[in-house]
Amino acid sequence: MVTFFGLFVLTLLVITAIGILRAENLFAAVMLTGLFSLLMASIFFILDAADVALTEAAVGAGVATVLMLSALALTSDREQQQRRRHWIPIVVVSVTTLLIIYATFDNPRLGDPGAPVHQHVAPWYLSETPRLIDIPNVVTAILASFRGYDTLGELFVIFTAGIGVLFMLSTDTERSPLTLLPNPDTEGLRHHQVPRIIGRLLVPFIVLFGLYVQFHGEYGPGGGFQAGALISAGFILFALIEGEAAALKVLSFRVLAGMITTGAFLYVAVGLAGIARGGNFLDYSVLLDDPIAGQHLGIILIELGVGLTVTGVLLSVFHAFAARRQHS
Amino acid sequence: METLLDILSWALLVVGGAFVFVGGVGALRMPDFYTRMHAASLTDTLGTILVLTGLMLQSGISLATAKLLAIMMLLLFTAPTAAYALANAARLSGLKPYRTGGNREQ
Repeated sequence: MVTFFGLFVLTLLVITAIGILRAENLFAAVMLTGLFSLLMASIFFILDAADVALTEAAVGAGVATVLMLSALALTSDREQQQRRRHWIPIVVVSVTTLLIIYATFDNPRLGDPGAPVHQHVAPWYLSETPRLIDIPNVVTAILASFRGYDTLGELFVIFTAGIGVLFMLSTDTERSPLTLLPNPDTEGLRHHQVPRIIGRLLVPFIVLFGLYVQFHGEYGPGGGFQAGALISAGFILFALIEGEAAALKVLSFRVLAGMITTGAFLYVAVGLAGIARGGNFLDYSVLLDDPIAGQHLGIILIELGVGLTVTGVLLSVFHAFAARRQHS
Repeated sequence: METLLDILSWALLVVGGAFVFVGGVGALRMPDFYTRMHAASLTDTLGTILVLTGLMLQSGISLATAKLLAIMMLLLFTAPTAAYALANAARLSGLKPYRTGGNREQ
């Protein structure tokens, strides 16, 4: 049954991908990429990767689609015609595809317990997580504690990307988003009562679900990355309904910049606190007298840092695009 | 009792599935944007109610039923709103509804 569902969704995925390639209207292409992400999320869910599925659905289908639409509003929604056929890229792509298909013959069967990935460190994580960290979601334990360095790196990738996008989109100090004061009466969906009222009804639930995912990450699927994407999706919905100015009144650019830096700083500070208490960098066991309670505290704090930075980066990028549109 | 619930639940699932299927056929076969949307959105709402009620009868009084109820509320709020927004956007951008004898919308 799982194989059947998997094949069904994969077929839809291929059809969507071809649709994206063939769409000449970029608006339709953006909508199809959102659909692609949603299908991808279902595949991750079929493969029992609930944490990844949640991220893909929130970031890929939610926030990324809105960001692409914002980018589209700055340019045209028509693809530029290209008459020449690009033979070299076609050959390169075909050869790579054939190589990848050839490589999949060496893959172990799906769910095979003897596969190398289940023999290496995974059994150790599964057996030692209850003893060392004592939380039900092993994914969170690996992400936040065992592989805390990797997650720190990921957080700084997001941090750097956010700063880079903000620098590119707001070079002109006259037009800086910080000084932006658009007319609140003409933007958003103020004159469309049905979407406005239903949207306003949904925003608190989306943000509440985001907070649940943030603070329930040790027990169920979720954590800072997913929560950050969900909360910013809620605020972006609010901005789309009520206009960017109203959203900036709730969370101004200054606050967002503060969230970005506070989140990254909090993560590093927890790591340094480990050194100060006589352990290693990002060793949470020494944070409190009880090592397991220390692990819990460390995981909650670094997830909070991740959530703050992700929310801040996604919302500032959205507002930066919107500000650009106001002036062009 | 058990059998009765099972029969009722399967009847709801099958009828709901049929409505969704008819909506899909309508979305493909109807002549223009508005009629296609009409086919898809109305049958989808009814199909949602029927399928989710059928699933709730299967799961009995449990956490899963509460979750299904929450999903149903979300869909009942968002699906008609999306349909409204879509039709409204089409109307505002000047798309004329289909009339018999006129050209087919392409």
